[in-house]
Amino acid sequence: MLRLFLASLAILLSCVTASAEEGAIQPLLQEHKEVIAKSSRKTIGPAIDAIANSGLPQAQTVLETWASKSMWMRKSDGQFFVGEKADSKNYRLIDFDTGQEVGTFPKKELKQLKPNSGVRALIGTALVQFQLLDEDKAKRQAALTSIQRDPEAALLAPLRASIEQEPDAGLKAQKQRLERLLTIGYDADPAARIAAIEEMSDDLGVDVRATLNPLVATTRDVALGTVPEGVNVAATLTPGEEGFSEVEAYDLLVAKGLAPARVTPDEVRLALAENIEGGTVGGVPVAQLDKDEARIRAYAALAEAGRVPPLVNLADIQAALAAHAFFETYAEPAAEVTTAAQDALENITFKVGVNQTLDLTLDALSLASIYFLAAIGLAITFGVMGVINMAHGEFIMMGAYTGYVVQQIIPDHTVSIIVAIPLAFAVTFAAGVAMERLVIRWLYARPLETLLATFGISIALQQLAKNIFGTQARPLTAPGWLDGAWVLNDVVSISYIRIAIFILALIFLGVFLFIMKRTRLGLETRAVTQNPAMAASMGINPGRVNMLTFGLGSGIAGIAGVAIGLFAKVTSELGSDYIVQSFMTVVVGGVGNIWGTLAGATMIGFLQKGIEWLNPSNTLAAQTYMIVFIIIFIQFRPRGIIALKGRAAGD
Amino acid sequence: MQRSFIAKNPSVLIFLACLALFTLIVTVLSEGLGVGMISTSFVKTLGKTLCLCLIAVAMDLIWGFTGILSLGHFAFFGLGGYMIGMWLMYERTRLIVVESLSQAEIPPTSSEVVDAIGNQIFGVVGSSEFPLIWAFADSLFLQLLLVVLVPGLLALVFGWLAFRSRVTGVYLSILTQAMTLALALYLFQNDSGLRGNNGLSGLQNLPGVEASQDVVSLWFLWASALALGLGYLLAAWVVSGKFGSVIRGIRDNEARVRFLGYSVETYKLMIFTLTACIAAIAGALYYPQAGIINPAEIAPIASIYLAVWVAIGGRGRLYGAVIGAAFVSLLSTWFTGGQAPDIPLGFYTIKWVDWWLVLLGLSFVAVTLFAPKGMGGLVDLWTQARAPNRHGADLGPDDGALREQEASK
Repeated sequence: MLRLFLASLAILLSCVTASAEEGAIQPLLQEHKEVIAKSSRKTIGPAIDAIANSGLPQAQTVLETWASKSMWMRKSDGQFFVGEKADSKNYRLIDFDTGQEVGTFPKKELKQLKPNSGVRALIGTALVQFQLLDEDKAKRQAALTSIQRDPEAALLAPLRASIEQEPDAGLKAQKQRLERLLTIGYDADPAARIAAIEEMSDDLGVDVRATLNPLVATTRDVALGTVPEGVNVAATLTPGEEGFSEVEAYDLLVAKGLAPARVTPDEVRLALAENIEGGTVGGVPVAQLDKDEARIRAYAALAEAGRVPPLVNLADIQAALAAHAFFETYAEPAAEVTTAAQDALENITFKVGVNQTLDLTLDALSLASIYFLAAIGLAITFGVMGVINMAHGEFIMMGAYTGYVVQQIIPDHTVSIIVAIPLAFAVTFAAGVAMERLVIRWLYARPLETLLATFGISIALQQLAKNIFGTQARPLTAPGWLDGAWVLNDVVSISYIRIAIFILALIFLGVFLFIMKRTRLGLETRAVTQNPAMAASMGINPGRVNMLTFGLGSGIAGIAGVAIGLFAKVTSELGSDYIVQSFMTVVVGGVGNIWGTLAGATMIGFLQKGIEWLNPSNTLAAQTYMIVFIIIFIQFRPRGIIALKGRAAGD
Repeated sequence: MQRSFIAKNPSVLIFLACLALFTLIVTVLSEGLGVGMISTSFVKTLGKTLCLCLIAVAMDLIWGFTGILSLGHFAFFGLGGYMIGMWLMYERTRLIVVESLSQAEIPPTSSEVVDAIGNQIFGVVGSSEFPLIWAFADSLFLQLLLVVLVPGLLALVFGWLAFRSRVTGVYLSILTQAMTLALALYLFQNDSGLRGNNGLSGLQNLPGVEASQDVVSLWFLWASALALGLGYLLAAWVVSGKFGSVIRGIRDNEARVRFLGYSVETYKLMIFTLTACIAAIAGALYYPQAGIINPAEIAPIASIYLAVWVAIGGRGRLYGAVIGAAFVSLLSTWFTGGQAPDIPLGFYTIKWVDWWLVLLGLSFVAVTLFAPKGMGGLVDLWTQARAPNRHGADLGPDDGALREQEASK
């Protein structure tokens, strides 16, 4: 390893001064003519090394030409050239050393060198040292990426050598980091590796973990008697203990060829089927073989006759297990390296855990703000007015489709969103007012029937949307400045759209509080909610207030629709996906109180993310458990997290 | 003076007579045993409609008479279907497996048979082990028992939790809706043990029965008609007695009934569980006719449609629920099946496949607003049982009830 390093350092130095020297690469190629012409992965190594380490400026060109299959050999003298197609039959040959055209030759006098993918990979590795020092920054970056993709021991030396001369600060940092990772994986000196491991042990990058994990990977092994010396043992195992059953232990013995394989029931059946003689097997009639005992008896008879391998019984297994020692070994022989890697991984795992919790919290917050957005309109219509509006989800959908239609007319995404938000409010406000005037007004005394009537409207609206826009999802594209994500580190990140939705939810909360507490409409709404008759006698028109409040709740649902449409697909079912969760949010939070809705959304958001974290493969299960939890939660706080007290609570 | 049950409820006799007549006519006109004017698939549709009528009766009991708008009864319906489907699928697969294994040279052991069945049934969800809930799937008797027990137990637990914490009105509706949603989402998982979104299939083939589907469909029609008749009788008996008076009292003013000393929660729980069992039996008869059951069947929307049928038919009267369910579901089949003629308007052609749901939604709004008695109200017009003019004052808070007649008794 050290020699290689010195050698490549020498090349490097010679590369710098190469322009002053005059050297021809053709003799070198001729020296390895046979192997180059044969192009076999097994034998090509020395030839590639010789070219790469020749220190000649043409080496890179030769390797590149070779890899791109444009190196040709002249059959007459076996010389190698760059070949260019002149016409269909003839090729122009260019000398590597002089760069001059040698002449045009017919194709049949030439042989094209076609290295296979294995050889090309070797050439690629050899080329990396040139690319790392290339003048073109993009090429250096590409070389780094290729090292990252498949790191190799041979790449460590050229990489190290290239760090010094790297002019670009960003690339230099990348190179240094990659050098540390390669050191951990491939350096010959354990001390250097441990130092590198310790250095990287507070790095959260996935690549660090990917480098460390193979070091601590273990394989199970078995030896007769005791654990052999000179092996880096991770743990000794006892068959029958947790995570290492006796069956597994015996299978390991079988796999290592240290014990005869157990005869499986399937094999018993096949063996019996093969040995039927005149309606009996081993003296047992075939018709009786539908019981396990009968089969064993028949098989034992066959085994005694020596026609099948004998059954391995429990005593045999126990004896075999007792005679062997089972242990887990590291693939890495140096114990101090594996210990350091183990420590570093533990350290990293802890840090990753902390950061994942942070990431989960951000996710939960963003989910909570989505639920809050979807539910805030309901908090007005259901929470304040006590009207169940099953078509609330369809108002959200209408808002999203409004955004889609606006985007068809105004192509600029930023402007279209700015136009879409007030327009969505206007459209759904109008729809809400119309619905309140035409339907809900007549049903204030009959809440259950409001539920049904609004449900009728909901299915009509949904089908209407399907008829107009079709069943396929429509895109509502976010403006460019909302693309991407805010990345804190390799673990914690959150997309800008989610941040925007979070901010939007906060704005809505503020607007709601302002309208309810600081405006005439809010005052009148609260009065009508508490006692319509008394409010009416004070000169408030309850009909008008109800209409405006309902319109406000619907309009907010429309804006929420635009926001939700930005990250979810816009379909006619968009609203119904959120309707049950929205009602849950309002009910869990406590009816009639915006802070309750906020608390409900937060609780449901965190709960859902928490359950998803416990069982990440299964979001369906997460939703199921969440609903079950909510049903149980209602048992203990039937009026929600924040329950109204006194007269405001109503009945 | 104590009058007989039939004398107090003449409508029961009329209903049963109509049902018997209907069954007879369908049998005579069927392909299996009659002249063949009604196709087998339509016989199945009619049989399924009878099952839907039965669950509508249950819905009417819980909503029209007790005032609890449950949006979760299709969960019980689906569970009943799943319970019978488990036996049907297990037994049919077992017959196939035994048939194919008997070709082998060595007769199979019982555990080999069970393994092969498991492989057949759960292969689609990447498993071959029988989950615990299939423990009784090999016994028709136990599985029939489970048809009633599982939904009944679920209703009992859920109802107990909900009623004891005094969740009422729209809250209860939302909670029941959440329950169906949770159940549907749970069943959608592959590891729920009921084959995830593949559901159970091939239920129309009765194991061990050689008769053709033409005949089998008639058997199911008779069974459904019998179940509907018995369910109707049971429901009529329940609502006509003292129990019925109490649950109607709960509907009209829960607090007053409680102050009178009745245990409102117990009554509600009893009626909730009873209707869940009726719904489960309806489901157990429905899905063998439908042939397949999957979790989409118990999505919340199905239960809401159930409420729609009962509302359109007319709440608070049992025949109303039956009429509503039969009318709307058959009409829906007619419209969505593409049999309804398109209406060309010159600039646009109304295709009923697309516009039927819009029509249904709007007519539902119209019924709620203008005809709270539903189609059953037409019967009142015919019998001239008009409400006395009370100058706008109602007997109770709910417009859809039969209070006038009850008060005059």
